[in-house]
Amino acid sequence: MLTITLFHYLTVAAILFTLGAVGIFLNRKNVITILMCIELMLLAVNINLVAFSTHLGDLSGQIFAMFILTVAAAVAAIGLAILVVYFRNRGSIAVEDINVMKG
Amino acid sequence: MISSLFFYLFAFMTVAAGVAVITARNPVHAVLFLILAFFNASGLFILMGAEFLAMLLVVVYVGAVAVLFLFVVMMLDIDYADMREGFQRHLPIGGVVGLVLLVELVLIFSGPETTIQVAAVDTSRSNTALLGDVIYTDYIYLFQLAGLILLVAMIGAITLTMRHREGVKRQSIAMQNARTREDSVAVVSVESHVAPQAILPDADKDQKVLR
Repeated sequence: MLTITLFHYLTVAAILFTLGAVGIFLNRKNVITILMCIELMLLAVNINLVAFSTHLGDLSGQIFAMFILTVAAAVAAIGLAILVVYFRNRGSIAVEDINVMKG
Repeated sequence: MISSLFFYLFAFMTVAAGVAVITARNPVHAVLFLILAFFNASGLFILMGAEFLAMLLVVVYVGAVAVLFLFVVMMLDIDYADMREGFQRHLPIGGVVGLVLLVELVLIFSGPETTIQVAAVDTSRSNTALLGDVIYTDYIYLFQLAGLILLVAMIGAITLTMRHREGVKRQSIAMQNARTREDSVAVVSVESHVAPQAILPDADKDQKVLR
């Protein structure tokens, strides 16, 4: 119980990932919350990568966690920019209103 | 022993903050809980011996991304209350899916018991130095690509959100430099007993500016 194993870290990451997925289910209308849930899931993936990197003594995991961090920052910036432009044009960010392309 | 206690503290705080993120009524509170989750996750990173990533998480996520979220949440004038309708309706299916996902993940992870060895690599040098050794040699192309992605994201975000408003007076240095004496100054003979406005030629637009 008091010895922290790889399993503990992976469990924390699994719980965080599940929280992110459930959050997307629960906040279906709010794009900002969905973006935050995606950030939570990426954080869980990062915890997994770093845990395995430490466990295996291989630094590649931390480097890929860094790349995920980079891409997540880019995703957040572009997503929020699209959100701002969309709100400026339509006056709403509700997900069910985003149907201009009738996709 | 003390690091185990810190692990449980950080892990519990991270999970609690994650729960608060997805259930918060106010999105500003959700962003603040996201920041708390990032802080505690960086604590977990430090426990795992990845100090550089922990600092990166604090600087990049808490310093940039979360603040960006905060700005956008506060800038958009949205009624977040009716955004939450459907929360109760989606709770059962979301809970079931989440439970199944969690059980599956934990079943996968609970294989043979393995202890985590912190800093099994080179302990004489810091984590940052070791990462630098690898990232500037083996992963140099990926590193450059990451920079390129950030550049593209920056340009994309700027071009998306920039707008040219009509009717705003701006300085155009090229136009100012292109002015010559001929199209800016006109010599008119003014008769002394007539008001000057009546004589001034109205055709040239520069004349109006001068007046």
